Formats: sequence, C-alpha cells, structure tokens
Amino acid sequence: MLHVLWLIPALPLAGFLILALLPIPRRMVPVIGVGSIGASAIVSILVTATFLSSPPPGNAFTQHLWTWIDVAGFRPHIALYLDALSLVMTLVVTFVSFFIHLYSVEFMAEDEGYARFFAYMNLFVASMVTLLLGDNLLLLYLGWEGVGLCSYLLIGFWYQDPVNGVAARKAFIVTRVGDTSMGLGLILLVQHLGTLQIQELMGRASAQWGGGSRYAIAAALLLLGGAVGKSAQLPLQTWLPDAMAGPTPTSALIHAATMVTAGVYLIARSHVLFSLAPPAQLAVAIVGAVTLLMAGFSALTQSDIKRVLAYSTMSQIGYMFLALGVGAWSAAIFHFMTHAFFKALLFLSAGVVIEALHHEHDIFKMGGLRKELPAAFWSFLIGSCALAGLPIITAGFYSKDLIIWSAWARSPWLWAVGIAGVLLTSLYIFRLIFLVFWGQPGAYVVRRPGYAMTIPLVVLSFFSLTGGFVETPRWLGNLTFFSGFMSSALPVPEEVHSGMEPGFSGGIAALAFGVGLLLAWVLYLRSRGFVSALAASSIGSAVRRLWFSDWGFDWLYDRVFVRPILWFARINRADFIDAFYDGISLLIEYSYRALRLSENGRVRWYAAGVVAGSVIYLAIVLLGSTHR
Amino acid sequence: MAMIPMQHGLLLAAILFSLGVVGLLVRRNLVFILMSIEVMLNAAGLAFVVAATRWGQPDGQVMFLFILAVAAAEVSVGLALVLRQYHIKKSLDADQASEMKG
Repeated sequence: MLHVLWLIPALPLAGFLILALLPIPRRMVPVIGVGSIGASAIVSILVTATFLSSPPPGNAFTQHLWTWIDVAGFRPHIALYLDALSLVMTLVVTFVSFFIHLYSVEFMAEDEGYARFFAYMNLFVASMVTLLLGDNLLLLYLGWEGVGLCSYLLIGFWYQDPVNGVAARKAFIVTRVGDTSMGLGLILLVQHLGTLQIQELMGRASAQWGGGSRYAIAAALLLLGGAVGKSAQLPLQTWLPDAMAGPTPTSALIHAATMVTAGVYLIARSHVLFSLAPPAQLAVAIVGAVTLLMAGFSALTQSDIKRVLAYSTMSQIGYMFLALGVGAWSAAIFHFMTHAFFKALLFLSAGVVIEALHHEHDIFKMGGLRKELPAAFWSFLIGSCALAGLPIITAGFYSKDLIIWSAWARSPWLWAVGIAGVLLTSLYIFRLIFLVFWGQPGAYVVRRPGYAMTIPLVVLSFFSLTGGFVETPRWLGNLTFFSGFMSSALPVPEEVHSGMEPGFSGGIAALAFGVGLLLAWVLYLRSRGFVSALAASSIGSAVRRLWFSDWGFDWLYDRVFVRPILWFARINRADFIDAFYDGISLLIEYSYRALRLSENGRVRWYAAGVVAGSVIYLAIVLLGSTHR
Repeated sequence: MAMIPMQHGLLLAAILFSLGVVGLLVRRNLVFILMSIEVMLNAAGLAFVVAATRWGQPDGQVMFLFILAVAAAEVSVGLALVLRQYHIKKSLDADQASEMKG
C-alpha cells in the first residue's frame, strides 16, 4: 500500500495543471481544487494506516521514481522518503490543507480569480509535500522554492492593490536571502560529502566530521539561515506580518500552518548535522527564544487582527526552534502538529469575522461579536486557549509544556523565556478576544458563514482540543505514543532533568496562562483607562511604537540595505559598466561609417582597389625575395 | 634569326599590361574599358609566348590560343552588357552605374 506514496504530491499537481491550463467552468473549480487535495489527504491517511499496521523494514520507505540528474558522480534522484517524521508532517499538511480548501470554497466564492486561487493553492500543496517527502536535499530545495513561489503569488493575489504587490515582493526577497544561505549550505555539503541524499549525507557527516567540526558548524549555520528565512525567525522575520495582505485562507495555510514550519522540518530532518555542531544548535535555541519573546511583545500592540496572529505564529515557531535547539526533536514536531490545528483554526475564524464585518481588520472597530457570530466566537476561543495553553483540555498545553520542560535541561534561562512566552501569549490573545468579542458592538455583521466555512472550524476545533492526547507528561497519564512513534526517525533526548519536575514546570506554565488571562481581563475589559493612560505617557508611547513596528527592524533594514542600494542605483543611473560595452559598439559604428564611404558603387574605384592591392602584394614579394 | 632577349619581351609585356591598367582606371567610357582589358589580356599572352620561346616549350603558345578564345568570349559578353547598359542609361559612362553603393 505504501507504493501509492507518489500520488500524494501528484494529485495536487494534477489539480494545479487542470485548473491552470484548461478552461474550467466556475462551478467545477471547487470540485477539482478541493477534490485533488481531499484525494491526496485520503491517500496519506491510507499510507499512515499501512505504515502503522505493518511498518516497513527500518521504519523507513523509499520510493525511487527516476534519476533526476546524472553528472560527474552527482546523482540526485526524484525519490520519496517516508519515515515517521515526514509521515506526520505530510499527514498534518494534507489534512489541514483539505479543510482550508473546503473553507475557501465559500470564502472566495465571489472572487474573480476563483480558479487562479485554487490553482495556486494546489500548487502550494504539491510543493509542500515534495519538500516533506523529498529523499534528497535538492528535491527538498525544489519544494522549498516552490512553496516560496506560491507564497509570493498568493500574498499578491489581489494584485490590483499595489500595497499587496509590495508585500509579496518583500516576502519573496527576504526569504530569498535565507534561501541563498541554504543554497550555499547545499553546495558546501556536496563539495565535502559528495551527496545530497539525506540519510547517506547524515551518515557520512557523522563519519567524516567529528563533533564540533568547523565544516559541520558552517553547514549547520547555513542551513539555519535558510530555515530562519522561511520560518520568519530573527533576523529575517520582517516579511511575515506584511504577508497578511493575502487572502485569509492563504494566511491560514501558508503563513501559519504549513510553509513557515518548513524551517523546523529542515532542521529536524538534518538533526544529525546539528547534533555535530553544538554552537549551531545553541544558535537555533537562542534564535527561537529571542524571536518568541520579541514577537510576543509586538503582538501586544497590533491593531490588525491578522497581524496579531502573524506575530503569534512567529512566536510559536520560536517555541519550535527552541525545542530543536535544546534537542527535544519530537517535541518540536509535536508542537508543529498542534500549532497547525489551532493556528489554522484561529485564522479561519478570524476570516469569518473579517468577512462578516465587510473586510474590517481593525480590532478596535470590532466588539460584541460573541452573540452575533457564535461559531466564530467559540472556535476562536478554543483556538486561543490551545495557543495560550489552557491546561489539561487543549492540545497546545501538552506540546508547549513539553518544550518548556525540555528547555530546562539546557538552561534555566531558556526555561524562563518559555514561561514568559506563555504569559505574553495568554495576554495578547485574550486582549484580542476581549476587544473583538466583548464590549460594545463596533461594526455591523453583514454576512454569516455557511456550512463550507463552519465545518472546517468544527473539525479543527476538535483537533485543537484533542490533538494533544497522543503525548502526555508523566504526571498526567504518561502517554508516549507520539514520541515513541517519532523515535524511529528522531533521537530521544537523554533523561538528565535535574531539579525540575515536569509537574512543577507544567504548573508554572498553567499559572502563567492564568496570570496572562487575568491581566488581559483587567486591562482590556475592566479598566481600559489604564492602558490608554500608559500608551499616552511618553515612555509608554515610545515602547508602544517600538513594539508596533516590530522592534524597528523594517526601519533598520530600510536604512542599512534598501536606501543605500536605491541611492547607488540612482547615482549609477548611467551604469558605468555598461559604458564600456557602449564604447565598443560606438567604435564599431564609426568604423562602419568610415568604411561605408569606400563602397561607392563605381567599378573603376573597385578596380583601382584591386590594382593597389596587387601592387602592394607584388612589392612585398619582390622586396622580400631581393632581401633574401 | 637572332634571339631577342627574354627580358625585352617581358618588359614589353609589362609595359603593355601597365598601359592596359592605366587605361582601365582612367577611362570612363565602357567600350574603352573593354579595350583596355583586351590590351591587358594580350600583354599576358605575350608574356606566355616569350617564356615559351625561351625554354623551347610549346605550352606557352597553346596557352595563348586559349587566351584568344577566352578574350573572344569575353568581348562578346562584355559588348552585350555594354549595349544593355547603353539602353538603360543612354550613356556609356561607367561611373553612372553606381546604384549598388553601400
């Protein structure tokens, strides 16, 4: 049954080709667009069932399709590699994608570019699955660039508005910085290890490079550069908030649930390399910890509902990076899974709110929507509780708790950052809830969601609540189904937790959640005056501006990179390198003009030329012979 | 019959050839240009004959017969072209036929 693996990327690709190339009647568009993803999801469920019931030898299955390139001993194949890691990621991606596609059927129903939207989305899923299932890093890179392209196309989906085009270009260019770093990393790996086939590569890396080798550190840091760009971590995080210019289902699928976690997947996939390079792994943890705090503070001040969620995504991916950095590999993938459920849920319910209020994004113009949009309210509440980690009953609690507890083993500071992150998360997400769903009604509801939009909300709510029960800490049932399953693909962190009981850590996290909730309730529901007074004070407004602008990174990059380049382009308008080539062509043109005078059409003139030539030739021959 | 030195014969051929060249270059009338070409051809023929006499080989004389035949053909084709040219231009000036200048 595992041999149908190739269908998982092939079906969405076929959907893309049909939608992009054939003139499909409008009512058939959702059938193809959603059907292809649904079929792909069914195939991945079948594959999962087969994998679980009768595991292939070595807990890994490779499907070799064909040889891509064969030149000078460098032979990447088009081959799919299925192990516990890629299986979980593929299953979650296709499953969540299906529900987001279903949601889009209604969300995008009145849009002009209906077929175009589904074509891009299908291409995205095909690329994402290629990225996940790729057997070598080159195929992974192909999928990596494919999802980047789809991200660009979908951010700029409403291209009539130039602002969206700018956001799309920004996302494309900023992630390209990371992709270049990753490309260099691949070249380094091929140069020194002679292969890109991931399993072989990892084997050779640990055989040829000892722990802490210079090359291992360089390669790991270059791959980290790629991961940081794609996953919107410090310092390449600036594109993600602007990426919210795309349609909401796009934000849910690409910029929250799947694509931005590609960096997490890349690091988990090459975990051997990172284990060989402790400084690089520490860098992963620090990047994650700093990003999760900074994005949390930024989320506190945003007024656009989707930007709050964008910063929250950055913050949550920061948790995943933190987990990878402390060697809790399966915890990172666990958090990826629960995050995919609850963040998709949050974006989809935010989409319902935005659609209901006639494309209103400003949370200060919303309010009192609890009664008006009960489906959106309940699913948003469930998603928020899972995001902030409401103890026991939500999935986010289990995954985040596992990460925070694992961080203690590396450093108590990282643990403290994790706990502070929980408090911040709880504060900013309940601020959002109180502003949007409580208080005075701000805008009128013009449209209520239909079934195609509510069914995904219900399903994702269910998984946001129960998705965490596949792995529970020791003090809560000690289920280790998930980490046991992952242990065939990812190493299990050693049990050296001194002085930190998982129950205690979980209790502190639960406390932080409660404090955040209470703080949000007091600040944004009971006495709004305090916050406005704080924001009006000079220090408060400066801090608020700093956080609102994402710590001034856009400003910094504008000054350091964008303006110098624009300035240089301006002074170099005449392009001094081109002047050299212009000179050559001018010289040729002038000599052509001069020589053209000799071509005057007079036979006698030509004959004179022949005679002169003969005389010169004879003179040379005769003089030469007399000299000799 | 006293042998004429080869140098004299070749010198005469060279002078004839040069006269032909000068005529070709300075004359504008097409008929005179054709005649200059004839002079040049015959100068070359004369050089062949002189060389053949010097070495006692008949090849040079044979070559001169060929040159005569070629010259006859050339003149007939050339005169036909000159006539066409005269019909079109109403003139025999070679410099007038310069439409193909670059």
